[in-house]
Amino acid sequence: MIAVVDYGVNNLASVVRAFAAVGHPATLTADPEVVRRADRVVLPGVGNFGRAAVTLRVTGLGDAVREQAAAGRPVLGICLGQQLFFAESEEAPGAHGLGILPGRVARFTTSLHVPHVGWAEVLATTAGEAHPVIGPLLGTSGAFYYHVHSFHPADLPDSAILATADYDGRFPTIVGQGSVLGTQFHPEKSQDAGLALVKAFAEWTP
Amino acid sequence: MLARRIIPCLDVADGRVVKGIHFEGLRDAGDPVEQATRYDREGADELVFLDIAASYQARSTTLAMVERVAETLFIPFTVGGGIRSVDDAGAALRAGADKVAVNTAAVRDPDLVSRLADAYGTQCVVAAVDVRWANDRWAVMVTGGRDATPLEAISWIAELEHRGAGEILLTSMDRDGTRSGYDLRLTTAAAHAVDIPIIASGGAGSFEHLAQALEAGAHGVLAASIFHFDNQTIAGARSYLRERGIPVRP
Repeated sequence: MIAVVDYGVNNLASVVRAFAAVGHPATLTADPEVVRRADRVVLPGVGNFGRAAVTLRVTGLGDAVREQAAAGRPVLGICLGQQLFFAESEEAPGAHGLGILPGRVARFTTSLHVPHVGWAEVLATTAGEAHPVIGPLLGTSGAFYYHVHSFHPADLPDSAILATADYDGRFPTIVGQGSVLGTQFHPEKSQDAGLALVKAFAEWTP
Repeated sequence: MLARRIIPCLDVADGRVVKGIHFEGLRDAGDPVEQATRYDREGADELVFLDIAASYQARSTTLAMVERVAETLFIPFTVGGGIRSVDDAGAALRAGADKVAVNTAAVRDPDLVSRLADAYGTQCVVAAVDVRWANDRWAVMVTGGRDATPLEAISWIAELEHRGAGEILLTSMDRDGTRSGYDLRLTTAAAHAVDIPIIASGGAGSFEHLAQALEAGAHGVLAASIFHFDNQTIAGARSYLRERGIPVRP
């Protein structure tokens, strides 16, 4: 069973629909025990890092996600969900994320308009090319994914940066380590390229 | 580099897609769910749904339709028409919209744009501006193009950006439905006035027109007639633009 974690953020229906569309129905749940029993876990989300971090702690959902990652089950974070894999974010200094990926979340430093919104070309890094999910998806030519964000992952070891996009400088937009995978963009809004990623995650055995 | 966007638009009235000329003489253009499915499958970058008959009574019917359209889409989805409050916007977002478009309500209550941006983020707020050239200026029109306002379009767009709009959907009523090309002077002036993306709308009759608007500074091009009636496909538009050297998705 694929559990999509419902922690009170918007737009979860489209994530559930994306899994159904690729033949892997997912269950939306706010119950930490259901998350613990799942074969794979998805942490979606749009919203504020600080508030979401508190919700994950208070509900026990954060611990459930952390345990699943530690047990080596596939865990996918989308947008804010992915940012919550890190211990801290410049969006909410003092708030504690899950800390299951090394690094942190930083604000864009650019004179370009923020938030960064739109279809950005995503290219695999050397680590990404070797990744069983990301390598076959992006190959050497990359793919376009729909981004909506003001913050992005930063200060990761190269081995955890699987793909980057450019917005006045390259930033990590697919990150991962072990069974944990995170996308800064929204695969559920990225048409065929996004659905291919959702399918590959659903069929991944780390 | 962000890909430039090709955005089909569904003008919806009484549960059907319609399309007129200069906002009048509406002609049927099919079922919204069928059209949305077609455009998603053809590779549209985004879809806009405008309830052009927006009336208070029809609100729940429209939301049910928005929900059915959203269920077919795996691309960003903008919903407009009749959104007058943060609660109206919330209802559209819960029905599956990613962004909401406001037009008349923003002119009557400019602070609405700020309240929407505070509640849902600037990326959620599309300010739609309908423009008609009159007396040597671009006049902002409201209520589906029926009523003129004292506002001048370019300064109004700058104010909308300042108030928290994430992008501007800029429609030339003079060109709407004419297929004679976008108002490129208007597009250029707007693109120079603000940092947020301008979506050009009104007048697309050929792929050449799409290219012209993007080259004039638009970040996306909205089109209805050429995709609804002319058997032109999004894929065809995309390959044309790519050959012109415009960055689009493969």
